[in-house]
Amino acid sequence: MQGTPTGGIQQTIGDPRLQLAIYSATRRLIEHRAGAVGSERLPDYQELRTRANQIKQHTIEHLDHYLEQFESNVAAHGGKVVYCRTGEDVSDFVLGLAKERKAHLIVKSKSMTTEEVHFNERLERHQLETVETDLGEYILQLAHERPYHIVAPALHMTRYDVAELFTKTLGVAKEVEPEKQTKIARATLREKFLGADIGVTGANFLVADSGAVVLVENEGNARLSTSAPKIHIAVAGIEKVIPRAQDLAVFLDLLGRSATGQPLTVYTSFLSGPRRAGELDGPDEFYVVLLDNGRTKLLKDPEKRQSLYCIRCGACLNHCPVYRKIGGHNYPWVYSGPIGAIITPQFHGVSEDGWLPFASSLCGACAEVCPVKIEIPKLLLKLRSEVTEAKRAQGSGGVERFAFRVWAWLMTHPKTYLALARLGSKSAGLLPKVGPLGSWTSQRELPPMASQSFHRWWAQRRRS
Amino acid sequence: MISVYPHPIGGHSLQLEFVARVSLFVTCIVDQLFPRVGIAMAEVLERLGYEIDFPEAQTCCGQPAFNSGYPGEAGKVARHFLDVFRDAECIVVPSGSCTSMITHHYEDIFQQDSRRREEAHRMAPRVWEFSRFLLEVAKVDDVGARFDGVVTYHDSCHALRELRIKEGPRRLLGKVQGLTLREMEAAEECCGFGGTFSVKFPEVSGGMARTKIDSIQKTEAGTVVSIDPSCLMQLQGVIDRAGLPIRTLHLAEVLASR
Repeated sequence: MQGTPTGGIQQTIGDPRLQLAIYSATRRLIEHRAGAVGSERLPDYQELRTRANQIKQHTIEHLDHYLEQFESNVAAHGGKVVYCRTGEDVSDFVLGLAKERKAHLIVKSKSMTTEEVHFNERLERHQLETVETDLGEYILQLAHERPYHIVAPALHMTRYDVAELFTKTLGVAKEVEPEKQTKIARATLREKFLGADIGVTGANFLVADSGAVVLVENEGNARLSTSAPKIHIAVAGIEKVIPRAQDLAVFLDLLGRSATGQPLTVYTSFLSGPRRAGELDGPDEFYVVLLDNGRTKLLKDPEKRQSLYCIRCGACLNHCPVYRKIGGHNYPWVYSGPIGAIITPQFHGVSEDGWLPFASSLCGACAEVCPVKIEIPKLLLKLRSEVTEAKRAQGSGGVERFAFRVWAWLMTHPKTYLALARLGSKSAGLLPKVGPLGSWTSQRELPPMASQSFHRWWAQRRRS
Repeated sequence: MISVYPHPIGGHSLQLEFVARVSLFVTCIVDQLFPRVGIAMAEVLERLGYEIDFPEAQTCCGQPAFNSGYPGEAGKVARHFLDVFRDAECIVVPSGSCTSMITHHYEDIFQQDSRRREEAHRMAPRVWEFSRFLLEVAKVDDVGARFDGVVTYHDSCHALRELRIKEGPRRLLGKVQGLTLREMEAAEECCGFGGTFSVKFPEVSGGMARTKIDSIQKTEAGTVVSIDPSCLMQLQGVIDRAGLPIRTLHLAEVLASR
């Protein structure tokens, strides 16, 4: 299809080492999740999903209310909420603050929202050093790559790839043991934590009734990023807000299990405001950057806005047979897999990434594991019809549209259709293998033509 | 005699307790490419004492257009289906995907057409995927079939995730004399067909089929069985390209063997 990165897809599918890396990593995640949400471990899993879906629906439908509530509670704790329409607004804010505070070094914990707006590149253009402190993200920063997966950013790299990368970029001796590789990264990163002026994190949840930013992680780097530097900036999409602290009982139970199979991640941090008098740690200044970057465009469609329910667990990627074949980098945006396929065309416009909703067999494995019950296949279908409609308006895609119009006519005129099908079945072997037929035979054999259709068989039987 | 009969797509609907006559919707793929599947289905149903009807104006359920982003064209074909089967009291379909199209997606297609939406809503409880019809309407799991060999079962996606069909076909296979059912690891993974997806993204689709076939091969089964002919067309096509000694059969074909 037009716009499809066919070359990249073929390269990924044709690389057995990469295929094995993707397949085994996702299989591990699938197995861990299956264990953690099984009926013995979590008997009310389906009820939790329904509840999560209801809370998200309610929040997205009253987003203005909860954002204002969150903002006033952050302010009450001495923090500040900064609304940003675009990625440029985010970097302008951070640059301005860094300049005022004479900051030079930023440590960052893993955040898809900052990846979404190319945060590091924007700041580095202004000589502000930003260092990723999540191990996977740190590896990718050294390799100059974008995340391959929402939860496991370096999922496509083996420990041998990492050994080579560390030797090349850090000048250390080749080390293939993951534990020792972690120590190498830690030694470098500790220095950065101690010298950093600003810590930037994402946010998993923004709690409206308490003004808290909730972060889940396994490495402790997010907690260090929020406590060592004097300034903490959390960057989050506006859809991350939830009404009440008690709603976390639902979401925290689902997020870790869906993502990695953990009942809870190793660290769960609740951060509300800067350090108060008498407190030992915490930053002097606390900011929450609330990013739109296209999200408000999704609000008007009552069906499609459920795309904003996503809590970025990555389960849909792991279970998607298409993601498992084509990997993360063939998707046009940082959000890959089924969730990427539904949000990318909505954020960027269906004319831009129109091929994405079609890159699915509609198997439904994603919807089955989505902890907030986003109806991904239904949205893919809706987006498909929007893409064909947009093409019609632009005057393209005429051949396919004409073919379906002819097909629909034939399917509603059975006598003509059956007569033509009979003729066609006799000459099918002679057809040139181009177009869809060529595409089919590039991978597989055609089924042998039946000697007579069921219609013919029935007609003969009826007569006899 | 009228009684309340539970239907898989929700709620309870009025059903004739004793169905004597069933209408076949064989689907376009079976009609043109795999008529033997329709014939096998007819044979099994007649063996169980049903009178078979085949409305000859039938064509397709409309799914190819619906899944390709042409709901308008899909709607035209869906209207045709509703007209052709209007008077059928019980419709049996040898495909999970086409059944699901009618029972789960027609109401979406007719969002703007309340009369047709109502019609689709009333038709849905009368449409049965073949294996489910056997188990829940005919209430048999042993149809007196014999099939010698090791078989593995492929869960087709729409049957599994939209119709929630998982154990039924296995129960039916389990009752076949001489048949050994051996589960593959990736039974629930997609075969990669996906309608026009198979020709829009041939490498991805082919790759998905090859992953599935790896899993099938590990069972050392000589036959893969499914309730969706399109999955079988995809799998057989890739199996034949690779020259593997595996054949694909529809459940109806296995149940018709004696």
